Order: sequence, then structure tokens, then C-alpha cells
Amino acid sequence: MAGVGQTTYYKHGQSPHAESRLALEAILNACADAGIAPEEIDGFSSYSNDRNDGPRMAAALGCRELRFSNMFWGGGGGGAAGAIQNAAAAIAGGLADCVVAYRGLAQGQFGRFGRGAEVGQVSGEAAHTTPFGLMSAAQMFAMKAMRFMHDHNVERSALRAIALASYQHAQTNPLAIMNGRPLTPEKYDDSRWIVEPFRLFDCCQENDGAAAIILVPAERARDLPHPPCYVLGATSGGHYRAGAPVHNTPDYASSHFKTVARRLYDMAGIEPEDVNVLQSYENFTGGVLMAIVEHGFCEPDEVNDFFSIENFLAPSGRLPLNTSGGNLAECYMHGLGLTIEAIRQIRGDSPNAVPGAEVSMMIAGPMVTPVSSCVFGSQATL
Amino acid sequence: MNGSHPHYLRPGLPAPRPARDGLDAPFWSALREEQLLLQRCGTCQRWQWGPEWICHGCHSFDMVYEAVEPVGQIFSFERVWHPVHRALVDQGPYIVVLVELPTADNVRLVGNLLGDPRQPVPIGANVSGIFEHHSDADPPYTLLQWRLT
Ligand SMILES: [Zn+2]
Repeated sequence: MAGVGQTTYYKHGQSPHAESRLALEAILNACADAGIAPEEIDGFSSYSNDRNDGPRMAAALGCRELRFSNMFWGGGGGGAAGAIQNAAAAIAGGLADCVVAYRGLAQGQFGRFGRGAEVGQVSGEAAHTTPFGLMSAAQMFAMKAMRFMHDHNVERSALRAIALASYQHAQTNPLAIMNGRPLTPEKYDDSRWIVEPFRLFDCCQENDGAAAIILVPAERARDLPHPPCYVLGATSGGHYRAGAPVHNTPDYASSHFKTVARRLYDMAGIEPEDVNVLQSYENFTGGVLMAIVEHGFCEPDEVNDFFSIENFLAPSGRLPLNTSGGNLAECYMHGLGLTIEAIRQIRGDSPNAVPGAEVSMMIAGPMVTPVSSCVFGSQATL
Repeated sequence: MNGSHPHYLRPGLPAPRPARDGLDAPFWSALREEQLLLQRCGTCQRWQWGPEWICHGCHSFDMVYEAVEPVGQIFSFERVWHPVHRALVDQGPYIVVLVELPTADNVRLVGNLLGDPRQPVPIGANVSGIFEHHSDADPPYTLLQWRLT
């Protein structure tokens, strides 16, 4: 991982710049961080139907040659590790030598996610949900979390611990939107319901901004300005019929990582106890809950003990979680901010660095299909 | 159903229309006649929902719409408090249920749970279907709703 770049993060709709410009700015920032000239980029990897497609970016940046241009299928943040997976695969396969994984979002320009469509008619899958008032992402996923919490007697304190950790970490991250706006257990408990089992602070923000990450072949790591950070593994997909329509996925109460996580550990050659720090995409805390379980960090019936603010806080918690503030409190950049934070933990320049972190994991987009996750490692892990 | 109002949710939500390719058209037209039709594979007899052109089990294209008694159990639910659509701004809380149909290989349908929107919702409880007609809509349509039995 050669370099990372972000723009200023804005509240949704408040970016003074067009989405395309934000994406270009993040790519330039990542190039500067990597000490790489933008013309050197020969591959573009994005996800969630990003509107700033590789060919346009390559032309705008004057890239000498475009060798890889790739979109990871699926919506939400399911591709925030998948874009890394595809970029790394392109490099390993000799298709490209300098690939940028990126995401730009300006909702003032293009409309918000958390709103029902104001249209007269719906057809297809939406016809079977929207007329019942089920239309936003929170509403799409609440029933998965509800069933999981029912099956395993999960208490609300488990979800609260996730939100508290994100907000506490944001207080030492000057980039974070919620920097200076701490969350207390009382404030969480008093917050309004959005859709049970999610309260306001269980739901991610929506933001404007862009983020970019540059990958080059591992042999180049020593020539780069930052301590080396390697992709140890990156996998994506979903379990059996995870994408079945109208809430008919057979194994329903799931974040969809059961098979993806197993392949990730096999590829990286590690086990859950080797992971020093975790970034787990919070669309909703219920997704983090299931994703942590499905990545083997605790058993489903141990959740009420394991999910505590003490365990999740950097630098010394058992599993420091979302150490930049994550989607809840840093910025909702469709998860790429979490991927950048996972890299910063290996480089040692996180706002909440975990001392001696050698293995850092990022989990993307729980409950969508496909989901993805990846593991980064220091020189010592090779 | 909700006080004096004939429909569970306030008017103004998008109306369901059959898919342009016709995939779920029999489902919607049968609801008008107070009948629940779901897809069943004519080759391996497996029930399947949501609608697909092909049987995921045996890859037959012989998907037939067959009648199912609208009775099942609550598999999961959510109580929505924050409206995301203009039509629901004055709605107050409402309950969405995911209902599993044991007589059709446990396929699931989304609907609303009729009655007090603040009632406790027991996962696993038996429910039966109620046909909620939107006859004033153009074109008219019918939703399948649920109540505890
Ligand atoms: Zn079949």
C-alpha cells in the first residue's frame, strides 16, 4: 500500500466542490503521500457504481497508459475491501503496476441514500417491500440484526459499545466530523429510535468527500516514504444465495461473511487471534455485531461479554475497533476511510495508533452482497 | 385497520406494479382476487420466492404460480420510527414483519403487522394474511398484510 489520500470531509450536501473534483483531489493526495507522480497510475479500481469512472479519471490526470479499469459489483460499502482485492489481484497478475482504489461522494450533487424514492410506482424487488414502508438501508437491514439478537439474546449494550468506541476514537482524530462531539452512554440511551433495533447513534452518517489508496508491487515497498504495509489477503462474495430477493436468503440473520472470512484467514495465513486492530464498517452497529462474530473474534453467545467499550478502545483494548471514528464518527466515505485507517495502523500514523500493530483487518459493508474484507501486515508479517 | 383508515399506512407511498418483464405479474393479479400465488418449480416441486425465472435447485425454467394458504410465522420484524418518505411524516411508528410460510418450504414475505403499532412482536408467533385492497389506486392493487392469530 503505497499511499493514502482523503479530501476534507463534509456533512452530506455541503461539499463546495463537485464529486469528480473531490475524487481527483483524493487521488492527488494519495499520490503525494506515496511520492508517486499521478501520470504513473495505470489502474483504477472502485465500487458501488462510483460515477467517476477509470477512463475519465485517467484522461483527466494525464495518465500515460490505462491498463486496468475495474468496478466491483454491488451497492453500499461492500466493495471497500473488494476494490483493494481487485487492485491487488491486478498487480499480482501483472495487469498493472500502479493501481488506485478510490471512492468519491457528493450527495448534494446526486441525492441521499437514506431517503425513500419519491416516485409514483415501484416494480421489481422494491414492489415487494416499499409499499410496506420498507425502503431505506436501515429498514432493509434491521430485521437481520433483530433476528440475530433474538437468536443469541444479544443485549443493547453490545450495540452501544460499538457506537461509543467509534465516537471516542473520533475525539482524537482532527479529520473526524464528530471530533469535538463526544457520545456518552446516556446520550446513546436517550437517542431516538430510527428503526428498532437501531437508535440514531447506531446509524452511519452520510457525507461528502473522497478517499483514495495507491497500490504498487510489493518489491517497490522499500522505495516508498512510509513504513511498508502489505496486503496479506483480500476476499469478497457471499454465502449460499446471500443475494436471494425479498429477504429470502436462507441463512438470513447474517452479515454475509461466513465463507468470505474463512477464505480471508486461509489466504492471509492467520487466525483471529493474530489480528491486532480491526476496522469494521458500520452502516449500522448490528452489522458490525454480526461481522465480528462471523470473523471469529467471539462466539455468537459470548457477544454480551465481548462487546464492551474496554475491549474496543485503542491502544490497549483486546480488539481496538474503528480507531479513526469509522463511518459513525469520522466520515461515511462508503468505508474507504476505514480501509485507510487500517493501513495507517500498520504505518503507525493512526490518530489512535495501537503500539506494535503488525496485523490490521478491514471488514466492508456487512449485510449487503457481495461483502469484502482484507488484512494488512507489516514487514514482520511476510 | 389503523383507526378509521382502511389501510395500515398513510396514502402516498409508491404503488406496486408488476415487473415490466412479467415475472411477478401472476402474484399481483391473484392478490386482487384474494389469493396468494407463489412460484413452485414444476420439475422438482420446490417453492421459491422472490420471483426468479429459473429454479435455483434444479435449473428448470418451468416455474409455476401455485396457490398457498397465507398462514405462517413471524421470522423477524422491525418497528420503524423515523419516516424516510414524505407520505409517512405523520404516520408514527409502524411494524414491518418478515413472515415465513411453512407450507411453502419456508419462503418469506414482507408485510405489515396489523393492530397497535406499539404492540410487542413475538418472533415465531403465528400470523395469517389479510388482503388490503387499494381499489382507488389507478390501477388498483392489493397488498397482503398480516395479523396475529
Ligand atoms: Zn426445480
